[in-house]
Amino acid sequence: MSEALKRTPLHRLHTAAGARMVPFAGWDMPVQYAGIIQEHVAVRTRAGLFDVSHMGEIRVIGPAAMAFVQRLVTNDVSRLAVTQALYTPMCTPDAGVIDDLLVYRLAEADLMLVVNAANTAEDLAWIRDHASPDVRIVDRSDEIALLALQGPRALGILQRLTATPVGDIRYYWFRPDVEVAGRTVIVSRTGYTGEDGFELYAPAEAAPHLWEALLEAGRADGLIPAGLGARDTLRLEAGLLLHGADMDKTTTPLEVGLGWTVKLDKDTFVGVDALRRQKTDGLARRLVGFVLEGRSIARHGFPIRCDGADGRVTSGSFTPTVEKSIGLGFVPPACVAPGRPLSVEIRGRAVPGTVVKLPFYRRGQKSAG
Amino acid sequence: MYPKELRYSKEHEWAKLEGSRVRVGITKFAADRLSDIVYVELPSVGAEIKFMEPFGVVESVKAVSDLYAPVSGKVVETNAGLADKPEVLNTDPYDAAWMLVVEPSNPAELEQLLDANAYAAHVGEGQS
Repeated sequence: MSEALKRTPLHRLHTAAGARMVPFAGWDMPVQYAGIIQEHVAVRTRAGLFDVSHMGEIRVIGPAAMAFVQRLVTNDVSRLAVTQALYTPMCTPDAGVIDDLLVYRLAEADLMLVVNAANTAEDLAWIRDHASPDVRIVDRSDEIALLALQGPRALGILQRLTATPVGDIRYYWFRPDVEVAGRTVIVSRTGYTGEDGFELYAPAEAAPHLWEALLEAGRADGLIPAGLGARDTLRLEAGLLLHGADMDKTTTPLEVGLGWTVKLDKDTFVGVDALRRQKTDGLARRLVGFVLEGRSIARHGFPIRCDGADGRVTSGSFTPTVEKSIGLGFVPPACVAPGRPLSVEIRGRAVPGTVVKLPFYRRGQKSAG
Repeated sequence: MYPKELRYSKEHEWAKLEGSRVRVGITKFAADRLSDIVYVELPSVGAEIKFMEPFGVVESVKAVSDLYAPVSGKVVETNAGLADKPEVLNTDPYDAAWMLVVEPSNPAELEQLLDANAYAAHVGEGQS
């Protein structure tokens, strides 16, 4: 028996706008409105508005909150100032990635963990299992809606709806209690597209008003709603990883190029021994970016051949900005250098390609490797 | 939406009899459903295709789909333009985005395909 799909507070607006809805991580989500490519281009050149309310929000509150989360994740939470956010994996003792998440320091002893929708229940159970009595774990996922306004015109559009100078918020910082279109929200300078932009954490009941106000305020700028399809092609071009595709509990942060989020020198944390060992012993495989010849797409799970060894594709697409067949995949250590030739088996044919440096796309540039 | 002069497969290909040859493509319904088509893989000229067996693939950003032959025969022409501009499948599926011209080995197979009304009903759009 499959459970009924969950709906975000914006579900009615999506269907009314003619969005194509698909099941995603137990939610009925918009995969596209006008079309993935059109939405992708809008975010790169103007702005797009995403409903990502399916993401989970878990509050960790109490005097021991900082020390507790520091022990759960690989990045260094102790460096977080109040109103600052941090990206980090959360690992098993074997250093497998349970999830990748954002940690927001709302107050001295009050953290908000923003987690992937597909993992919210598992994360919550894991966190509760490891919690000490002096922290309180509260699942706020159902009460909080999340809107992502992304693109070069995001700042101008958002500023029209608030008196707070949101341009002063630096990348990976946030402001709580910002009044936007008459509603009080957290405004965070974060995103998953490779563009400038903001994420707005709002009470669920405020979400429809905010959604409509933002689309209205951005209409003249060419702001359009964008779905999960464009979110995926945008994040791939930007070299951002997707948990469940590019990493999971069978891969470590070091293997997928997230070494910068692993702070082996901080106090002990779950997975530290396995990560230290892997760092000493070396990696048996690495996640790299590649570009293929032609336009056929390397899909998740397709075999990679490189240097006589096997690998596999974790993400792939033909993307509008880069205009090439691009992908991410695991390859043996001998194949990680940009320029190395590889091939991906697509429907029985070995399609030649090249390892490239990530990201495929960087703001203000148009090229792939 | 579905031109009367074409015959349609339940797999969403169209076939158009042009003298002794058959032109083949995919329907507006298929193109809309795939959305954002970025790649088309067609057989070479001279290849034999078989009725209702896959002859190629079409890829959109999100998915890959097989193409099924609405008639058996020898491929005598392919639309090379689709290699660089597969997006015309989304904008002009019945004209600029034709895929193959086939010399049919059994033109009677076309009788097994749907007419425009039956196809519209098949895709749940009723009378067009």
